[in-house]
Amino acid sequence: MAAALINVPAKAKRGQIIEIKTLMSHIMETGFRRTAAGELLPRDIITSFICRFNGNAIFRADLFPAIAANPFISFFTVATESGKFDFEWIGDNGFSETASASITVE
Amino acid sequence: MDNQDLSTRRRFLGLAGSAAVAGTIPIVTLRPLKATPEMLASAIRNVVGSAAVTTGKVKLDIPPLVENGNTVPMTVSLISPMTPVDHVKSIHVFNEKNPQPNIGNFYLGPACGRAQISTRIRLADSQKVVAIAHLSDGSFWSATADVVVTLAACTEEAS
Amino acid sequence: MTQSPAITVAALLVMAAPLVAAEIPQGQRRSGFTFMAPETQAMQNDDDANPGMLWVLDGEKLWNGKAGAADKACADCHNDARFSMKGVAARYPVYDKSRGRPVDLEARINLCRAERQQATPLAYESHDLLALTAFIAQQSRGIEISAGSDRELESFVAKGRELFMRRQGQLNLACANCHDDNWDKHLAGSAITQAHPTGYPEYRLEWQSLGSLQRRLRSCISGIRAQPYDYGAPELVELELYLMSRAKGMPMDVPGVRP
Repeated sequence: MAAALINVPAKAKRGQIIEIKTLMSHIMETGFRRTAAGELLPRDIITSFICRFNGNAIFRADLFPAIAANPFISFFTVATESGKFDFEWIGDNGFSETASASITVE
Repeated sequence: MDNQDLSTRRRFLGLAGSAAVAGTIPIVTLRPLKATPEMLASAIRNVVGSAAVTTGKVKLDIPPLVENGNTVPMTVSLISPMTPVDHVKSIHVFNEKNPQPNIGNFYLGPACGRAQISTRIRLADSQKVVAIAHLSDGSFWSATADVVVTLAACTEEAS
Repeated sequence: MTQSPAITVAALLVMAAPLVAAEIPQGQRRSGFTFMAPETQAMQNDDDANPGMLWVLDGEKLWNGKAGAADKACADCHNDARFSMKGVAARYPVYDKSRGRPVDLEARINLCRAERQQATPLAYESHDLLALTAFIAQQSRGIEISAGSDRELESFVAKGRELFMRRQGQLNLACANCHDDNWDKHLAGSAITQAHPTGYPEYRLEWQSLGSLQRRLRSCISGIRAQPYDYGAPELVELELYLMSRAKGMPMDVPGVRP
């Protein structure tokens, strides 16, 4: 199912600072909740997020259970050249999702 | 009851780590799922070590009264030229009363252009949120916000 | 806002007489959106930050995907939902001749799946049904609600109104007690809204998930300590029909984000 919603401007001018918004569907189960029967629901969260541009890491984040479900992360980057952003989310239970978006910089 | 005491204390000691509080172990409450101010302090120490943290430079945008503690929008920003010699390296966000003191660590750099991140966090109770920024010159700066969290009015039965 | 909610509830409980609640005057009707803090409103308005859009995206995939023994996609009959589904959700629930009663959007989707796609119906509150409903309903964003206008629906709207006005449960509260008589006061820190279903299916921060109006109604009814109707029950459809007709003329804002 896992959907990722990425917003990267399709075009930018060289040197322009652009905002990148990401939304990833994930329950982010904290590991502190209990069922009605009292059993602890095991932790199941995204633990890290990384954004690379043309292969170089430009932004990284460590996520903890205190990050809300369906994590929204937005950050900024300088448009230097045309290329591709690669996004990766890694988490518990082997969770691994990627997404990418291209940008034309003139 | 005793076992719970011991495990909580052991866990607290583990967290306190190398901090210089060995001679002054405070009394720990019997609620291991609630963070203590000491846990917050030690989580911050894990990041800054023994360096000083100065209040300032960091802007922590978080509503003072939240609609719902499950999803609280938060933006942390600093004014910084974000050049290779003068930029924000990372932003670390902590809380006071969730079961765990860490919220997130965000690693920036000159490629970011602007030192600003937004996300949505969970807050279990009315508490302080602390954001600490690590600059390229090695200094640490912080901002603190007091947030009031109310509980939802009606509980939903498991369907 | 400083009036104790306990006193408000106690006052309502004392009035055990049958209720003739004053319906909200047209000029005072407000969407639940307007009761929210600016940060939450901003979350709804930004399609890149609105978590409900994750379900809308999935719904689009399901719309275009083949299903059932007939191996048909919704798109095979309905083409581009942006045109074919525009305004549809704003008219629902609609009267279904073969059943002689109103059906809501979820039931209509399942009818289509069974009859046209020969596919098994999707369970209420399942991810797929929520995604499809959200995708279809989102095509009515900004469109004014026109549900409940048909003459055949009159008796069902009346039933829905009766359900809305009827005191029930351990707290002996009617929906109208809060949502007609005490909107814009607060119940334990949360704003009491007028209960217009303009944003459904909506992402509720309390659920940390998208959910249907039926889920919201069931949780409200549990909240007043009454027995909630089962998913798909005719009472829930009648309530939805009444609520939508009560919200007639208000624009839809799907997927809504609410606390």
